[in-house]
Amino acid sequence: MAVVQKSSQIDAPTDATSQTNWGEWFIEGVIKVAGISSIVIIGLIFLFLLREGLPAFLDIPLRQLFGTRWYPIEDAFGMAPLLAGSLIVTVGAVVIALPLGLTTAIYMGEIAPPWQREILKPIIEVLAGIPSIVLGFLGWIALAPLIQRLGAPTGLTAFTGSLILAYMSLPTIISIAEDALYAVPKEYRGGALAIGATQWQSIWRVVLPAARPGLVIAVMLGIGRAIGETMAVMMVTGNAANIPSLGSGIFFQPVRTMTATIAAEMGEVAQGSLHYSTLFAIGIVLFVISFAINWLAGRLVGMKGMRRSRRGGML
Amino acid sequence: MRKVRAIEFVSLLASLMILVSACGRQPTAANSAGDGGPQRAIQNKGSDTLVNLALAWAEAYRTVAPDVSIAVTGGGSGTGIASLINGTVDIANASRAMKESELEDARQNGVEPQEYTVAIDALAVIVNQANPVSQLTIDQLADIFTGRVTNWQAVGGNDAPIILVSRETNSGTHVYFLEEVIRQGDSENTDVFAPQTLLMPSSVGITSEVQRNPNAIGYDGLGYTDPAHEKLIAVAKNAGSPFVTPSVATGADGTYPISRALYMYTTANPDTTIAAYLDWVRGPEGQQIVAELGFVPLSPP
Repeated sequence: MAVVQKSSQIDAPTDATSQTNWGEWFIEGVIKVAGISSIVIIGLIFLFLLREGLPAFLDIPLRQLFGTRWYPIEDAFGMAPLLAGSLIVTVGAVVIALPLGLTTAIYMGEIAPPWQREILKPIIEVLAGIPSIVLGFLGWIALAPLIQRLGAPTGLTAFTGSLILAYMSLPTIISIAEDALYAVPKEYRGGALAIGATQWQSIWRVVLPAARPGLVIAVMLGIGRAIGETMAVMMVTGNAANIPSLGSGIFFQPVRTMTATIAAEMGEVAQGSLHYSTLFAIGIVLFVISFAINWLAGRLVGMKGMRRSRRGGML
Repeated sequence: MRKVRAIEFVSLLASLMILVSACGRQPTAANSAGDGGPQRAIQNKGSDTLVNLALAWAEAYRTVAPDVSIAVTGGGSGTGIASLINGTVDIANASRAMKESELEDARQNGVEPQEYTVAIDALAVIVNQANPVSQLTIDQLADIFTGRVTNWQAVGGNDAPIILVSRETNSGTHVYFLEEVIRQGDSENTDVFAPQTLLMPSSVGITSEVQRNPNAIGYDGLGYTDPAHEKLIAVAKNAGSPFVTPSVATGADGTYPISRALYMYTTANPDTTIAAYLDWVRGPEGQQIVAELGFVPLSPP
């Protein structure tokens, strides 16, 4: 949309005499429209989702819609296994990515000498550039057999998905967390060291608390990335719409995520059928979840964080 | 500065001219091809079971009729049929017959589908080569895939959990297996796949899981299985009947119990190009390719 506006701006006649006034008015207008357009588009997306997905909420009793059996070709539309699947995969990914991402960011921002940082930063940017499907392929070919050898009944498990997702959200977490650490004024560290704190004490007691809002954003965006990812997850989690049995093996069983369900089944459904609107209903649930994550991020860090969280996180 | 400007201007002009001439040439190219008979494109989409076969046909047909190009895509039987109903393809591939609801949708859209049987497919049940089990009855298969039996011991194997592998629900193979094996053709039966069944988005997903997982059992079109890497289970219709290993021969003579017809659908009265292609597919040359790819030809070539 912005591109179209840009080109029309070039084509617009620029009369020399009225150039300043008209030009300014025009540019202001373009910026205003571009700013509002994203809000309008989000609104339209939500309206569209509601229009297509509401029939599912109206026609299927809620108890059945959140029931335990998902088998759409026999009209069993229970979303519980899909919700559980997305939840387990995402929680697993966060548990893996959080310590890895934050420690990497701390190392890069606080401890590593400049020459190491110069090497690490571009490498992490490359990691961010790997298409998710390539990571999914890697997980399917290399990771799944490995996990099976560790004793899981099959290599296609929630844990395999979590590992892939963790690596996918690492670059986001690391770069935003590192930005947050970078934004902490040098004087804080200097002050901490001056009153006799060790480097570790200054990081743990001074720098991290000061950077907390940014770190929370980093984690939330990482979660947003994880819960919305589709293809890679579809390749490695086995897609069994089963309510996972609780216990120590909870991460080592196949699951079916909400995103993978939409991707796998969208191609086949007849438009307007109950199955079709149920897939959109899943979309609504995903939208609400990601909205809740962004809102929570905002609440946790205040208005400043709110503004930054707009950068991404939406599916 | 001036000089650079001039160069830029010239290069801009040159690229514009190339663009204009390229735009102008396109229709002429199409016309010149038209002189030797119109270049005809056939859109062919649907069943993933049929996609390799359809590709092989399309490729071989280039030598028969060089002016006809056939674009083949997969996506599943349901996808292909939906596209035919929506009018975006000429031929839909399906590994199952069209459902009544789909026929209704088609008629509502003003499309009267015409069915052609193009090959027979035997559905092979496959396990890992390390698995000692080599024969099962349809009843046992139904018990296994509905989750009534969860340990290989119950069907004469090792004491190990059974890992079920299936295609996604949009696959004609999935629906066929559900109706003919799990429900044994009984329309009153409402058994379905066990919820812990792994649903794979592709045939390769099934064979690769079976190849690397000693406890996995899956099913796939005979043309997609490879006896060198996975074990084909001999299947008996019921406890008293003989166990038959799936092959082109046992599929053709009907002794193998899990086999089905593969279809192509067009709209009623397809034009001569499409009709000629379908005749060729169903003729000896087309059926020769069917046998080469491990499917069962309509009549022995």
